[in-house]
Amino acid sequence: MAVTRDDVMHIAALARLALPEERVPELVAQLNGILKHLELLQELETAADRIDASRSPGDTDEPAPATRAAPAASLAPTRLRPDVGPPLPLATPREQFAARTLDGTVAMRDGFFIVPRLATHEGDEGAE
Amino acid sequence: MNTPATAVERVAESLRLMEERHAGRDGLNCILWSDADAALAAASERDTRPERGALAGVPYVVKDNFATLDLPTTCGSRILERYISPYEATAVARLNAAGGVLVGKTNCDEFAMGSSTEYSAWGPTKNPIDMSRVPGGSSGGSAAAVAAGIVRIALGSETGGSVRQPASYCGIVGVKPTYGRVSRYGLVAFASSLDHVAMFGRTVDDAALALEVVAGRDLLDSTSADVPVPPLRTEAGRDLEGVVIGRPQEYFPKTLEPRIAALCDRALARLEARGATVREVSLPSTDLAIPVYYILAPAEASSNLARFDGVRYGMRITGDGLRGMYEATRTSGFGPEVTRRILLGTYVLSAGYYDAYYLRAQEARERITRDFRDVFDSGVTALFTPTAPTTAFKFGAKADPYEMYLNDIFTATANLAGVPAMSVPVGRVHGLPVGGQIIARHFDESAMFRVAYALESALGAEAHQ
Repeated sequence: MAVTRDDVMHIAALARLALPEERVPELVAQLNGILKHLELLQELETAADRIDASRSPGDTDEPAPATRAAPAASLAPTRLRPDVGPPLPLATPREQFAARTLDGTVAMRDGFFIVPRLATHEGDEGAE
Repeated sequence: MNTPATAVERVAESLRLMEERHAGRDGLNCILWSDADAALAAASERDTRPERGALAGVPYVVKDNFATLDLPTTCGSRILERYISPYEATAVARLNAAGGVLVGKTNCDEFAMGSSTEYSAWGPTKNPIDMSRVPGGSSGGSAAAVAAGIVRIALGSETGGSVRQPASYCGIVGVKPTYGRVSRYGLVAFASSLDHVAMFGRTVDDAALALEVVAGRDLLDSTSADVPVPPLRTEAGRDLEGVVIGRPQEYFPKTLEPRIAALCDRALARLEARGATVREVSLPSTDLAIPVYYILAPAEASSNLARFDGVRYGMRITGDGLRGMYEATRTSGFGPEVTRRILLGTYVLSAGYYDAYYLRAQEARERITRDFRDVFDSGVTALFTPTAPTTAFKFGAKADPYEMYLNDIFTATANLAGVPAMSVPVGRVHGLPVGGQIIARHFDESAMFRVAYALESALGAEAHQ
């Protein structure tokens, strides 16, 4: 898998790098030099390859999987801890708040707490 | 008694040696940033503490990719020129709390990408053993400062061998603890699944002391492990009865420089003389390490280094609009090796190539980890290998990027698997130091240090001859 000048310009744009034209040929050569050594991995039989190899000839009409990530991942599912935690500290039903008022009166209306009027708002039109 | 008693005396001596041994830009170029007045003031403060702490005024240096208050944190890059962090790394805070005094920040390959410290924006560091040669890298500045005698303890960082390899080239001790053993809070990220805080010491005991101080869970780094830290310095002086040392055949290929192989085998013979049993073992996936490393590390780096955009940190170069500013800043701020790795990482993650490279590399990484697990499960206590395939090379000797990458061939495996590993001097070839590597099971730094102390004591002066 060799990279071309266009590939390098494309990935440079993805990486937000504006390569000067004169540096591109050298970078193409260097990246290809490095990628050549990474080819060793292509000889590795991966979980995805084993799935492909296990398919019988009759299966060949089936569309190929879009990526190999899904089957490889499904062979070795990552273990996750249960998605649970302690109760949220403020997850208290409204009724419990109402029952806690000191004088026993229901200090709520329409789902809101009734609190003393702020001094700065005294006399405001429409305020309670 | 030659050892200065107070923190102020110790720090003053270190600062004097920094001058005398030309640690600055015109000499070794190992110390990038230093503030003598601030270091002496910190030392005075240490002297007033009722408890002197484990470090009791010991001067130390850290690689320029650790966040520190007051001194710049540039990662050897122009893109972070004059950047000063608003917070400090946990490892630095712990050294200070234990009575240590920071006397300088050290040179490194830009963003820790390199094996020779030639890729720093602030010029290369020289090897104190032979000034015409590299100190190794990427933590070459820290290694040179210890090897030159300026400090006994230094912090570096490791992603593929950046402390063990320079330790080998400079004739000192370099330790990469288990992944998760030391908090990375405040260590500038390169490849997060491979990055480690690591340390240099002039002796095994110096390195053990530094690791004991910085190790342990830190709530500021969720990847730091909640595993008790055993005392390491108590391993000194123990024999090796019952210890099984594995000699992995893949680390002694026929192409290995024969004199390096001979020094490693001499070290193995000394370990046997101390009571250890040596056994030939195999880690069959070792040859995958460099291809895997040079896919995963650039892939993670391309993501981590996206944050350097001219907005949040360091320098900014105006361009045509916002995107033009990003591109102008990044193109001008990053050096050639960082640019290469960002391009390589972006490529292997890009649509159409992800499966061929990244996914395969992840699977191969699992095989490398399994190799270590299998060999340790078979009764091996620790592995012994050469740290690097060569001694320190001349400046400019590795012009081909991949040839430079091959320096990490014996060290990158431990980063990929997360197992602890360290380099200890085992002798010299034509006057140049050679390191031997000890690798142990996850979180078994005790066994690793037990072997290291025994080897250091068994070799004595021969380790530096």
